[in-house]
Amino acid sequence: MTATKRNAIKATTAALAAVLIAGCERPPVDTVQLGPDGTGMHQAINPRTAKDAPVVPESPPPAPQAGPKAGDIYQNVQVLGDLSVAEFTRTMAAITEWVSPEEGCNYCHNPQNLASDDVYTKVVSRRMLQMTQAINANWSNHVAQTGVTCYTCHAGKPVPEYIWFDAEEGDAMPNMGNRFEQNIASAEVGYQSLPEPFSRLLTKEDGPDIVIAKDGWKPGTSDSNIKNSEYTMALMTHMSGALGVNCTYCHNTNNFASYDVNGEIRTKAMHGLNMVQHLNENYLDPLGPVYPENRLGPTGDAPKAYCTTCHAGYNKPLGGAQMAQDFPAFWDR
Amino acid sequence: MAEYQNLFTQVTVHGPGDPGVEMPDATWGPSDWWTMNYWASKIGDAQIGPFYLGGLGVASLICGFIAIEIIGLNMWASVGWDPVEFVRQLPWLALEQPDPKHGIDIFIPLNEGGWWLLAGFFLTASILLWWLRMYRRARALGMGTHVAWGFASAIFLYLVLGFIRPLFMGSWAEAVPFGIFPHLDWTNAFSLRYGNLFYNPFHMLSITFLYGSALLFAMHGATILATDRYGAHREVEQIYDRGTASERGALFWRWTMGFNASMESIHRWAWWFAVLCTLTGGIGILITGTVVDNWYLWGVEHGLAPAYQRP
Repeated sequence: MTATKRNAIKATTAALAAVLIAGCERPPVDTVQLGPDGTGMHQAINPRTAKDAPVVPESPPPAPQAGPKAGDIYQNVQVLGDLSVAEFTRTMAAITEWVSPEEGCNYCHNPQNLASDDVYTKVVSRRMLQMTQAINANWSNHVAQTGVTCYTCHAGKPVPEYIWFDAEEGDAMPNMGNRFEQNIASAEVGYQSLPEPFSRLLTKEDGPDIVIAKDGWKPGTSDSNIKNSEYTMALMTHMSGALGVNCTYCHNTNNFASYDVNGEIRTKAMHGLNMVQHLNENYLDPLGPVYPENRLGPTGDAPKAYCTTCHAGYNKPLGGAQMAQDFPAFWDR
Repeated sequence: MAEYQNLFTQVTVHGPGDPGVEMPDATWGPSDWWTMNYWASKIGDAQIGPFYLGGLGVASLICGFIAIEIIGLNMWASVGWDPVEFVRQLPWLALEQPDPKHGIDIFIPLNEGGWWLLAGFFLTASILLWWLRMYRRARALGMGTHVAWGFASAIFLYLVLGFIRPLFMGSWAEAVPFGIFPHLDWTNAFSLRYGNLFYNPFHMLSITFLYGSALLFAMHGATILATDRYGAHREVEQIYDRGTASERGALFWRWTMGFNASMESIHRWAWWFAVLCTLTGGIGILITGTVVDNWYLWGVEHGLAPAYQRP
């Protein structure tokens, strides 16, 4: 074999090897042990690709809680009427910064009559305030004492960046090519050929069971089936991306159904799924008739929430910042 | 000096074409056509053909063609007959098995799994006809039927996955979709639903025979190549008239691991490992969901797996 030929083979081999590993991240990665020794329960963090700490706006200085109530001074204050006028104004200013910093007050308010409900966004924000209060009051098993504010999801944008709609039916022919909601490349399920799980698993509190394997080995312990487990796997793929964590953040992979290892974190996640189901069913989906058409999805449904809506790639939304504590508006008083 | 080696060789062997043995009983005999191919000679025999198709072969190919058409056209229809999307999305596309609500009904609307049943029927018919053809061709050549029975073991696993187990479970939804990524995702979903297949002892056996097959193949291939210079390529002769190639190979393994397979028994080792891979695998699938619903918990109860406590 001539030297030229040998060099050509060497160069080709090197090029092929480079192509093969082009999708890989270079070592080293940091790992944090999360479970008992020997279970492989680690959270892997690549310091070169890890997201920067989220930007959290500073809260405005506290306002006096005493004095006349907003509900007595202003008209049509249905949710925050028991705040002091000073606190009410402070909260309104903060919400504007969090949700419509560029559009300002008029994004929701009619400047001629601030009390009027004829801007649809005002009706939506009222429901969102009720939702925020409900989350902080009833879902502390998921949001703990950190709680949430408008900023947790909105992050400076009138429409939160991470929302979802029901998928449009595919191009399937009437009698052929049924996709069964899956079998198409989709980033939302990590490019597996898995179904879009949200409309099935995240819209109703008493919808199909997400858990597929149950606590026993005898036949009939679980009445689930393989198709259901594809939906669950798709949802778990979403969660993993939404929180920026591995499967082993919550699970010991020897038995995904078990709460015995890392049960606290997994229980918290389970409450989160229940919470999202509750919010979509009771707050977000019913807002459909309020929205103009350009805010609706391809099938005419309202925008809905999933894990990424708040988490946005962080295992704790906004890195666990204690924003909500500064605002009595979002808590039961 | 040029040297003949069977793979990566610089010298290729060309002889006169060999039409094969006479076959008086064949309905449609082997073709009269054969050719010599230079590139084939690089990796094996230079002669390509004659082919024997026969009635069974033709029937099998027709059934297989129908199955592939049903699968392929459904995949294409699922992207609205867009040829570019068909190629781009091909690894993701599938002909999906029916939903659980249809149980094991046979008359299912075509687009809710009826196509899947039809494709499964024709694919199975094609595979079984091909099996029969392998059996009969081996008999026609006066051979044993080892290849056919090896193939039968693989067919057993295929039937368990797509037909026998779904029947036992009373639901076609338990069967496998036709598709490249979809059948892999199905495999993952199967293990998740039934509590981790790695704790299924028959799955363990199947993996053992799978990796074992690869190991045996590598050991045998290496041994024969390494003793080729003493005549080891005449394997069959060495079986009944053991020469220095066999002796050296055998001694090598006794030196290094204390035991050696014989020139004949190594082929039985290999055949059984290959056959048992799919046979034990099929048994493992068959008892999943029918006898055991969660393999990890079964493993804990039977002292196979540790039960971890909260840290």
